[in-house]
Amino acid sequence: MDWGLIITNALRAMVGIDTVVFALAAIGLNVHFGYTGLLNFGQSAFLAVAGYGLAITVAEFGLPTLLGVVIGLLSAVVLALLLGAPTLRLRADYLAIVTIAAAEIVRLLYRSVSLSEYTGGSDGLGRFSEGFYSINPFSDGRYGIGRVSFDERVTWALTVGWSLVLLSCVLVFLLMRSPWGRVLKAIREDEDAVRSLGKNVYSYKLQSLVLGGVLGCLAGFVYAWGRAAVQPDFFGTETTFFAYTIVILGGAARVLGPVIGAMIFWTLLSLTDNVLTQAKSAGYISDAILTNFEIGQVRFMLVGIGLMLLMIFRPQGLFGDRRELALDAR
Amino acid sequence: MPADQHATSAEVGETTAGGAATADRASLTPAKDRALKALAGVEPVPGAPKPDPILVADGVTRRFGGLTAVEVAHIEVQRGSITALIGPNGAGKSTFFNLLTGFDRPDDGTWSFNGQSLAGVPSHKVARRGMVRTFQLTKALSRMTVMQNMLLGATGQKGEGFLSAIFPPLWRSQEKANTERAEELLARFKLDKKRDDFAGTMSGGQRKLLEMARALMVGPEMVMLDEPMAGVNPALTQSLLGHVKALREDGMTVLFVEHDMDMVRDISDWVIVMAQGKVIAEGPPHDIMANEAVIDAYLGGHHDAPLTEAEEQAQIAAGEAELRREDHT
Amino acid sequence: MRHAVRVPRGSLAAGTASVLAAVIATLFLLLLPAPASATPTPTPSAGAAGGTGETLQGRLVNEGEPLEGVTVTVTTADGDEVGEAESDEEGAFVVPLPEAGDYTITLDEDTLPEGVAIREGRSAEVTLPVAVGQQRNVLFPLGEGTRNVQGRLDRLPTLAVEGLQFGLIVALAAVGLSLIYGTTGLTNFAHGELITLGALLAYWIYGNGRLPFLLAGLLAVVAAGVLGGAQDRLLWRPLRKRGTGLIAMLVVTIGLALFLRYFFLYLFGGSSQPFRAYESQSPIGLGPVDITPRALTSMLIAVVVLLAVAYALLRTRIGKATRAVADNPALASSSGIDVERVIQVVWISGAALAGLAGILLGLAQQVSFQLGFQILLLVFAAVTLGGLGTAFGALVGSLVVGIFTQVSTLFIPSELKNAGALAILILILLVRPQGILGRAERVG
Repeated sequence: MDWGLIITNALRAMVGIDTVVFALAAIGLNVHFGYTGLLNFGQSAFLAVAGYGLAITVAEFGLPTLLGVVIGLLSAVVLALLLGAPTLRLRADYLAIVTIAAAEIVRLLYRSVSLSEYTGGSDGLGRFSEGFYSINPFSDGRYGIGRVSFDERVTWALTVGWSLVLLSCVLVFLLMRSPWGRVLKAIREDEDAVRSLGKNVYSYKLQSLVLGGVLGCLAGFVYAWGRAAVQPDFFGTETTFFAYTIVILGGAARVLGPVIGAMIFWTLLSLTDNVLTQAKSAGYISDAILTNFEIGQVRFMLVGIGLMLLMIFRPQGLFGDRRELALDAR
Repeated sequence: MPADQHATSAEVGETTAGGAATADRASLTPAKDRALKALAGVEPVPGAPKPDPILVADGVTRRFGGLTAVEVAHIEVQRGSITALIGPNGAGKSTFFNLLTGFDRPDDGTWSFNGQSLAGVPSHKVARRGMVRTFQLTKALSRMTVMQNMLLGATGQKGEGFLSAIFPPLWRSQEKANTERAEELLARFKLDKKRDDFAGTMSGGQRKLLEMARALMVGPEMVMLDEPMAGVNPALTQSLLGHVKALREDGMTVLFVEHDMDMVRDISDWVIVMAQGKVIAEGPPHDIMANEAVIDAYLGGHHDAPLTEAEEQAQIAAGEAELRREDHT
Repeated sequence: MRHAVRVPRGSLAAGTASVLAAVIATLFLLLLPAPASATPTPTPSAGAAGGTGETLQGRLVNEGEPLEGVTVTVTTADGDEVGEAESDEEGAFVVPLPEAGDYTITLDEDTLPEGVAIREGRSAEVTLPVAVGQQRNVLFPLGEGTRNVQGRLDRLPTLAVEGLQFGLIVALAAVGLSLIYGTTGLTNFAHGELITLGALLAYWIYGNGRLPFLLAGLLAVVAAGVLGGAQDRLLWRPLRKRGTGLIAMLVVTIGLALFLRYFFLYLFGGSSQPFRAYESQSPIGLGPVDITPRALTSMLIAVVVLLAVAYALLRTRIGKATRAVADNPALASSSGIDVERVIQVVWISGAALAGLAGILLGLAQQVSFQLGFQILLLVFAAVTLGGLGTAFGALVGSLVVGIFTQVSTLFIPSELKNAGALAILILILLVRPQGILGRAERVG
């Protein structure tokens, strides 16, 4: 078994595009779920409207990338308002059901044949990221340390991605230690109490939904640029569930929780994938037990089991403080 | 409950609540005097008009399915007084409270606070207008510190706007002023040592105190206390009573729901009795204790001893289930 | 305080399960017609083969009418185009292939004549391996198209009945989901996997005819119930005892669903499998409605089982106890009902019902590892529509969802019918947040 390769791949995964995408998605979700207690199960929809907003604007209408980004951002805001306005006055589980339903509607619309003229149907869209890579300041070559290196395109996408992660974390940090963040946390604890103190709970929930959605939509941009393509089935419920796992892994309601969670998450997945692949090619595991194709399934089983165990035994996350358990303990 | 059993209980609250407690020793403070004088000429009948009402409700009705939970024809609450709202379980007191404070919507009726109608006004706006409530089951925000709980109560905070929140210089001085005010209140409620503890770590009584202190951070004109004594250990009861009286001394109006007759007699200037959703009697505490209708309502219904939280829960549950069953038919 | 059990102890769960089983058995015996013969494969037209002889070929026929001028495109597994062909006047097409391997053949639906489309639930895209020298036939199941503008009203009855059938299947799953939610507060995102479990168990036990289908179905329903009870006993009850929060438990259900779904994939593989004997049946005409015998049987089974559940809820002790617990657990407990026992019965019967839904769904479509996952959102929509936690609401919601999804294909592309149903859910919640049969929430 080539442990060098396994380690290299794990390190690449730790800082790679997937980590950035899910860190951003989870930072947004952390605002919803961790700080405000909103059960948003449609985070993938925010990624989708951003990714497709960008891709359609650029690839189908030939408009500039910047306009695509603006349209993506606006779509996320509109989506948040559409989802939140009717449901945020209702009990928490209604938001959960409406958001998951809306995310599925969004995905089905993007993959539908009838709209494929604009969306590319189930194949999705490509050819929209040239604008992004045309301003790449990195010249041809590989960047990184030793074998953990990336070519100039990936390096550029990662640079932009990690900058967005940093900015998002700073924003969340500033907001959550302000009186505004205090209101959000109070809503998570007991919204009636907050109402009784004269705060417009509905408005704050809506603001939280918009903020988290916009942060999630940054993930959609990075995903789109990183792959130079958008594909509808990436935006399924599993993406949202991965983001939940990451939020809980890193510790809900902690500024850096989602980032650390995403790094651990993708490092672990890379390790299991690579160790299994290597073990198979070394002949330790026979085809009767696990075919190469099935290695990909193991990852999902592990995520599932991991999410359950975390939630049952360490709901505060790997590094969390049990005292300030940010999840509902009732 | 016979009135003479607790003759000595009038001398409560002496050890607590700073100035208010000292004033209490004279038994008749200026504020109490004023309230009693104002209420002296009021006829003790349901719906009696008051000289200077801060709160007036008319025809407030709330039905759940076929059951009418609240049907209050008319009541007025005198400004600057401590008014008790009593009644057997299921009388609709808490529901009425929820209606008045915007936490529930009535099927019918109007009510006004300081002459302004509150019908259809959402709960947070009711609070902003100066009518702040507490809850029967304390709603301390467990995973926030006592100080954070307090600061949440302050109104007009610049830092609570999304954009200004990002720039601390815009709100830092205001936050400092609010913190000082909160510290004063915490000292008054003897919670200053708990300042940085999570609210969830405190006892039931301390949470009640915190909830009251937090409500004061809003700067209310009228405080609505939903069973302030429920689940409070007896040692803290006196202290709480003192604080309620102190509210009146500070010029606030208090309306509270209570089961404990001793407390009612001890601190209230006026008592309103509800049974089966309606106001059945009104008057000064001593008259009410002797009122036949009231005794009937209590004895005929449930016992009036303070309930434990578990009993309370079970009764609420029972009531709600009953409503639901009504609903289905 | 839990007092003595007033609900008769005995084996209530087993009793409920065996009643269900008996009902289903009778129905299967009475109603399931003999397996229909498989539809004949279309005769391939002899076409010019490619270099090494491999071709993908077929004949496009709609109700005996050959379809001319329809385009098919073949691509490799990597998406590179290999060839394109147009059907001739006999509806035949041939695409020569460069070598053996996996290919995807796609029928361009835009080139189909008006009123003809790929049949419901089938894909215009088929991926299949071609062996060396093989002239492989491809079957595109065609039928009356969704773009058929003229026959809308004619198709309404059939669609409505199909919707009713689907709604009844959804209802079987939704009642269990709703009862579990009602009695424990658990929002169970792993309920879809209970549906899948039923179908998979039936598929395995049936083993393509090793056992009679009816027996296999019965055993699968019972096994699903047992496994559901075990799930509650081993996972949810300990969590309830620990006082785990509802939201935490909800997240646990997500983890469980993810794990089970991929575990099923590992065990079952990624392809869809039919219950062989009932794979293809010709519809019979009942008045204006065309319906397959298996669909008719499914509906009758579902109706009878749902009636049995309704009877149980309304008339039996355990049913009344269940409703009492769903109404108010604290009160039910204090009035002497053994809440844990009720929850156990609810889990067993909920899982058995979901399993039955899975079997019927597998019969209507095909069995796959994500059978339940694919309808889970619709089940949730049904439960929410009807009013969270009310069993009868779930029933009404299911029928609304089922009929809506099918009938909506008159107006929207059928690939978007699920999206349409979910959109309706959101719209109805806007107007009536408590659901169709739910009661208004009390605040404060």
